Amino acid sequence: MRPYVREKKDFSFSEVPENTSFEAGYLTTVNSGWRSIRPVINGVKCVGCEQCYLYCPDGVISIKDGKAAIDYDFCKGCGICAKICKIKAIEMEAERK
Amino acid sequence: MANKVADSISREEFFYGHKACAGCGGSLAVRAALKVLGPNAVSVLPAGCMSAVGFNFPQLCFSNNSIISTFAGTASMLTGVEAGLRARGYKDFTAVGFAGDGGTADIGIQALSGAIDRNDNIIYICYDNEAYMNTGIQKSGLTPFGAKTTTTPAGSNIHGNIRPKKNMFEIAAAHDIPYAATASVGYLPDFIAKVQKASQIQGTKYIHVIAPCPTGWGVAPDATVDIAKEVVDCGLWYLAEYENGTFKLNHKPKEFTDVSAYLKKQGRFRHLTDEDIQIITASRDKKWEFIKKNFEL
Ligand SMILES: Cc1ncc(C[n+]2csc(CCOP(=O)(O)OP(=O)(O)O)c2C)c(N)n1
Ligand code: SF4
Ligand code: SF4
Ligand code: SF4
Ligand SMILES: [Mg+2]
Repeated sequence: MRPYVREKKDFSFSEVPENTSFEAGYLTTVNSGWRSIRPVINGVKCVGCEQCYLYCPDGVISIKDGKAAIDYDFCKGCGICAKICKIKAIEMEAERK
Repeated sequence: MANKVADSISREEFFYGHKACAGCGGSLAVRAALKVLGPNAVSVLPAGCMSAVGFNFPQLCFSNNSIISTFAGTASMLTGVEAGLRARGYKDFTAVGFAGDGGTADIGIQALSGAIDRNDNIIYICYDNEAYMNTGIQKSGLTPFGAKTTTTPAGSNIHGNIRPKKNMFEIAAAHDIPYAATASVGYLPDFIAKVQKASQIQGTKYIHVIAPCPTGWGVAPDATVDIAKEVVDCGLWYLAEYENGTFKLNHKPKEFTDVSAYLKKQGRFRHLTDEDIQIITASRDKKWEFIKKNFEL
C-alpha cells in the first residue's frame, strides 16, 4: 500500500506529538500543484517494462494491468519517466487548468 | 513484462510525497535504497535536503522509522540506533544513514570515521550532489574543480572552485572498512545491487552515490538520470567496490565520452575555458592511471 493523503484535521497543542510526526508515512498535502507539464501514458504503446517505475524519483508510477499508471496527486512533472521510456510511450503534455 | 531489478526490491514506497525539487537525484537514491532495505530499515538523516524535504510537520514522507540527526552526527546516531535496537532484542533491522556530501565529507567525517573504526553494523549512504544544496548551493569538500557555487563564484580571475573533489570512497576504504562502494543514480541497478550486498555484510558499509541536483547543477529536471550516467561515461566518476582489502572496478567504459560535452550541459560549469577543461581532463586521466594500476579490472 502506498502512503495516502489524510483528511485535514485541526489539532490542539496538546495533541502535537513530542516526536517528529504522528506516524510514519503521514501525508497531509499533495504535490500536484508543482507541475507545468504532466506525463501521459500511451496505453497502446506501453509494454509494462517498469523502467519508468524504477527511475521515478517520487515513486508515483505503478504497473496496473500490465501498463504504467501515475499517481497525479504526487507526480511533479519532472519528465524523467518520459526520457527513460525507450519506446516513447510517455508524452509530456502541458498542464491545463 | 518482467523487470529483474524491479522484482528484486520491495513494491512498497517508503519515501513518498516528499518535497524535493522535481527530478531530484538525492530523492531517487533514498527511495531506491529504502525499497531494497524494506520496512525494517531505520533511517537517520542529518540536516540537508533529504531531511528538509521528508519531514514537514505534520507530514512525514518516510514510511519506515526515520529520524533527523545533528548535521555532524549521522554516523554516531546510527551507532546509537543500532546498539539500542540490539540491546532491546531486535534482530531484523538495518540502521541506514543518508547524508549529503557536505554532511559526509566535511562536517560528518569525524563521526563516520569513528563508526568505521568501531566497525559498527550500519550502512552509511552519502548522496553526493556536490554542494551544500539545502542552504542554497555552497561549496563542499566534494564540489568538483571548476564548479560555480555561491561561495566559489566564477569571475574573470577565478573560474569557480579551485580545489579538487575529496576522494571519500578511498578515505572510507583506508579505514579497512568491510565494504565500500561508489555508485550513480544513472546506473540504478548497480546502486541497488550494492545496497543489497551491503545489507548482507556485517560491520560498517559505506556507499557513495552521485545524485545530481538539477537546481544546483543548472540542468533541466528531466536530465538528472542522463547526466548521472554521463559523469560515469566520460570518466569523471567511476563505479567501484572495496572489499577484503581489494579495490575492484565494476564498469569500464570502452571509450570515454567527451568531458567538455558533460561540463557544458551544466550551468555550474558553463564559464569554464578550454584550459580549465584541459586541467579537468588531465586529472581524469591521472585518476584512471591510478585505477588501472591499483584496482582489479
Ligand atoms: C551544525 C549545522 N551547521 C549548519 C547547518 C545549516 N545547514 C543545513 S542543511 C545544510 C547543507 C547540507 O549540505 P549537504 O550535506 O551537502 O546536503 P544537501 O543539502 O546538499 O542535500 C546546511 C549548511 C545546520 N543545520 N547545522
Ligand atoms: S518505461 Fe515505457 S514501456 Fe516501460 S512501463 Fe514505463 S511507459 Fe511502459
Ligand atoms: S514526471 Fe517525474 S514525478 Fe511524474 S511520473 Fe514521471 S518521473 Fe515520476
Ligand atoms: S535543491 Fe537539489 S538536492 Fe535539494 S531537493 Fe532540490 S534537487 Fe534535490
Ligand atoms: Mg549536498
